Amino acid sequence: MTTVSLAPAAAGAAVCTPTIRSRMRRWLRKHPTLIVGAALLSTVAALSVAAPWIASHDPQALDPLARFRPPSAEHLFGTDAMGRDLFSRTVWGGRASLSVGLLVAVLATSAGVALGLLAGFVRWAEGPVMRLMDGLMAIPDILLAIALMAVTRAGLTTVVVAITVPQVPRVVRLVRSLALSLRERQYVEAAHALGTPLPVILIRHVLPNMITPLIVQATFIAATAILIEALLSFLGVGLPPQIPSWGTMMADARNFIAIAFHAALFPGLFLAATVLSVNLIGDGLRDALDPRLARQL
Amino acid sequence: MTASRDLRDDPPLLEIDELRTHFDTLAGTVRSVDGVSYRLNAGETLGIVGESGCGKSVTALSILRLLPSPPARFAGGAIRFRGIDLLSLSEREMRDIRGNRISMIFQEPMTSLNPVLTVGRQIAETVMLHQGLGRRAAWARAVEMLRLVQIAEPDRRAAEYPHQMSGGMRQRVMIALALACHPDVLIADEPTTALDVTIQAQILDLLRDLQARLGMGIIMITHDLGVVAECCDRVVVMYAGRKVEEAPVEDLFDRPLHPYTRALMASMPSMAGGGSRLPEIPGMVPAPQDLGAGCAFAPRCAFTTERCRREPPPLTAVGAGHAVACFEAERVGCITAAFPLPFQTSPSQAGASA
Repeated sequence: MTTVSLAPAAAGAAVCTPTIRSRMRRWLRKHPTLIVGAALLSTVAALSVAAPWIASHDPQALDPLARFRPPSAEHLFGTDAMGRDLFSRTVWGGRASLSVGLLVAVLATSAGVALGLLAGFVRWAEGPVMRLMDGLMAIPDILLAIALMAVTRAGLTTVVVAITVPQVPRVVRLVRSLALSLRERQYVEAAHALGTPLPVILIRHVLPNMITPLIVQATFIAATAILIEALLSFLGVGLPPQIPSWGTMMADARNFIAIAFHAALFPGLFLAATVLSVNLIGDGLRDALDPRLARQL
Repeated sequence: MTASRDLRDDPPLLEIDELRTHFDTLAGTVRSVDGVSYRLNAGETLGIVGESGCGKSVTALSILRLLPSPPARFAGGAIRFRGIDLLSLSEREMRDIRGNRISMIFQEPMTSLNPVLTVGRQIAETVMLHQGLGRRAAWARAVEMLRLVQIAEPDRRAAEYPHQMSGGMRQRVMIALALACHPDVLIADEPTTALDVTIQAQILDLLRDLQARLGMGIIMITHDLGVVAECCDRVVVMYAGRKVEEAPVEDLFDRPLHPYTRALMASMPSMAGGGSRLPEIPGMVPAPQDLGAGCAFAPRCAFTTERCRREPPPLTAVGAGHAVACFEAERVGCITAAFPLPFQTSPSQAGASA
């Protein structure tokens, strides 16, 4: 019996170890959504990161003589109502969108993890924390973000905070439900029995075992955050006008859509592509990391 | 032997004194452990036996104060470890006891180890936590502990994850983890239930061997009288949250005086018995909230009298270290092993000579 079970394991190990790259390639081939999403997002990200170098014009430079120019060699995406170069503004706008998405995902997840673990492991905290989260969830997240923006000054920080706060309850509920099941795992109980302090148990034994669903949730939050940032900027309560943003650009272009629809088209396309790519990555990660769920869908 | 230790000048390693652990539930107060006392001496193995739901594990978890409170509540009694009342300690002081002085191993070796950490790391971190050793020294201790529990190639195995190991090996790792800080008391909650028989014997041998070397007291919680016969010095039989019989192990197997103990023994397969049907104890352990006034075992007992239903039998000493809580103990004791036990109509292998 033992010899039978040993042989294939040994053979498998011998085959697998030298070709980690080929295994990764095979894994990626099994998850096409992940590849498409990653390719799309890296394109947008590369353009945004390289914005200072590839932008053909200053994104804020006005040129009243060159208003509503259609796409051309000089202005790749044309110009807007004030003669600003749309290509430069679009790639710069990507920076705002992507940083908001990333920051919100990181902040909302961290805050959610902290509160969720508190609710899941500290008995007296569960009621107050969860009821507060229920209260936050009862308010539509965009409305809450607008309200938060209304009481603060426009800026990157305030936008990020205003978008983060409504996203936190989702993470808290996820983390708490995971914590409730992990709390009953015997290795967590065993760690208690061995005198491990609670913070160490949380960091060592609980957090690493919930990282997969957290990553997936964080990607979806990033996608939502990018969309909400664009929406806030479109409504004029988002980023201040001196920071180019896809939402602001579309808001500016809205009045002239009949004469220069390209001014709204390009930022819109970029926004759609970015949100789509992040969502594709989220779906792909979920399927790749949680095979059980993938089979159900 | 136990009687002589009862003298006050020799405090036992661990003493459970009239412990009452109750659970406050919506259906009422559940008295999972209701006035249980026992003591454990250094170097001794105490068996705690009973069916599922008798309060064996709750007693053990009470010792380490691992029960979530609420709903659990200590309604009375004391747990003294070297004379210190554990129930009066703060959570912080209790953490220094857990793992360091009193340790525990669990039933399921498959789920008792964290899947995302190597086994060496799990042992090393416990050692670092309690003994303040450096990373390197702790790792060395982990490897040494794995060698102590007889894992082959401990250097290599320490870097492996739990899923790379078999059930028996994981239970060895659990034992290594529990013993890494050289505790004085080891609580083993059904340590062999999830393993196959040959591995069971190995693990019990290992525990006995480690006990001889390290001199700790072991509380062995089990429902398997074979395990008890194999490795315990003294046995406490629990039923419905109470201690019904306590005796040195030979005495218990020679002269079981509580009908429940006899029934447990009768329902154990024996090598000599042949293929006849095993007698079973009729009925179930009553839910702790629906206990009547009298003896909790009365509804399932063949010796029940009117008195058994009226008042609970007190625990009475019947010999050196042998105590039983039964009004009819004498009558039970009279039925020698040669007679078929009157629990079931089927013929039984009454002896239970383990």
